[in-house]
Amino acid sequence: MTQLLEALAWIADPTRWSGPGSIPVRLLEHLWYTLLGVGIAALVAIPVGLLVGHTRRGRGPVVALSGAARALPTLGLVTLFGLWLGIGLTAPVLAFVILAIPSLLAGAYSACEAVDPRTVDAARAQGMTEWQILTRVEVPLGLPLLIGGVRLAAVQVVATVMLASYIGNGGLGRFIFLGLNLSDYPQMLGGSILVVALALVIDLALRLVERLTAPRGAART
Amino acid sequence: MIAFENVGKTYPDGTTAVEDFSLEIASHEAVVLVGTSGSGKTTLLRMINRMVDPSRGRVAIDGEDVAGLDPVRLRRSIGYVMQASGLLPHRSVLDNVTTVPVLRGTSRREARSRALELLETVGLDPALARRYPSQLSGGQQQRVGVARALAADPNILLMDEPFGAVDPIVRADLQQEMLRIQKELHKTIVFVTHDIDEAFLLGDRVVLLRPGGVVAQQGTPQEILAAPADDFVRSFVGADRGTRTLHVEEIEGRRIVVDADGRAAGVLEPPAGGAARA
Repeated sequence: MTQLLEALAWIADPTRWSGPGSIPVRLLEHLWYTLLGVGIAALVAIPVGLLVGHTRRGRGPVVALSGAARALPTLGLVTLFGLWLGIGLTAPVLAFVILAIPSLLAGAYSACEAVDPRTVDAARAQGMTEWQILTRVEVPLGLPLLIGGVRLAAVQVVATVMLASYIGNGGLGRFIFLGLNLSDYPQMLGGSILVVALALVIDLALRLVERLTAPRGAART
Repeated sequence: MIAFENVGKTYPDGTTAVEDFSLEIASHEAVVLVGTSGSGKTTLLRMINRMVDPSRGRVAIDGEDVAGLDPVRLRRSIGYVMQASGLLPHRSVLDNVTTVPVLRGTSRREARSRALELLETVGLDPALARRYPSQLSGGQQQRVGVARALAADPNILLMDEPFGAVDPIVRADLQQEMLRIQKELHKTIVFVTHDIDEAFLLGDRVVLLRPGGVVAQQGTPQEILAAPADDFVRSFVGADRGTRTLHVEEIEGRRIVVDADGRAAGVLEPPAGGAARA
């Protein structure tokens, strides 16, 4: 309890809220790394997931691959890529991309698969092209599931981004690793609390987006 | 004119849906394909707009093999009504009806004003235009499905058990509406059903199918009822069923048509222009 209070006091200390290396700076760095990881992963995983969901082909290999990707320990990846690519942002971001891909893939293909096949059949029979079926039927109807995948990926990555600091980057992980090295437990715990809070905020925000993107008319049946 | 020339369909898993089927459908004619499940009737219907490609033979529209046509353009030129209405749940009734015209490049405004007219044509209150499909009854959804199929003013209308999922009263209503629309618009209609009464009611010509798309008999409803080709047809059309074997009884000077169970089916009127002769 005392430790928690000390951690909160550490966070509340006004000197930590301005200047270089302050909490807002680290918070923004943290968000930026998360955005990079999830964003790059989305560029790869969402088109592939939609393709798999739309064509209903290649689901087996994709599930197997993302299962394997999920099993990879991210700390190990960060270390490995760090050794390969050196200190910097490339190594951790690459690891976060791998971490984010499975959830994004699953969200994208389940978005397509959740749409009633009769609706898709009817759209095709009316003369929609495959692209129009994807963009005007499957994506709008499956959007909440797609955003759900983004949410899962973002929460996983935001909780893991502290590892970026492990090989010399910024982010909230700096407080955690610094605290660990200095045995400064209030700082370490304070950093952790900030990571947890950020994860919760992102989760909540994206849940809201999920709800807002639910297709009108489809809810009542 | 739609021509099936020795078409067959065998799926990759080896099942044969249609063996060898030939049929010509004249323009402005309403032909009903009727058969039980497994008769290949839906497969045949979907060959016309290339939702299914035949494994053998060819389907031609006005002499042109559909296999050589772009499937997307072909489908946009043919109306298609399906059993579960197949409306897009996230689009309003109006947007559903304007789907095809908008895809074909008609301006949204023009498509909308035409869609509102069409809603009236199919017997729907235009006030429903802003609703979503899930806010409509099954019968209303089917009417929207018909309006959507008519929206691009196609020459051909394909209807795959369109009234199969609604209750009998609504179905009867929709069937009458369909007859009225056909009288007005004279489309070439290919209609699929398993309901022989519906087939006789809506078809200028009825094609009775056995499993595998084998034609058991084809002709006008009158021809089929007058001379069923075999026992299969006889039992399918219910020729031996009480409601189809009618006879005339004279009651108080009027001639009443009565079925085999003695239930009155109607009054026999004298032929127009001539006096009744006993």
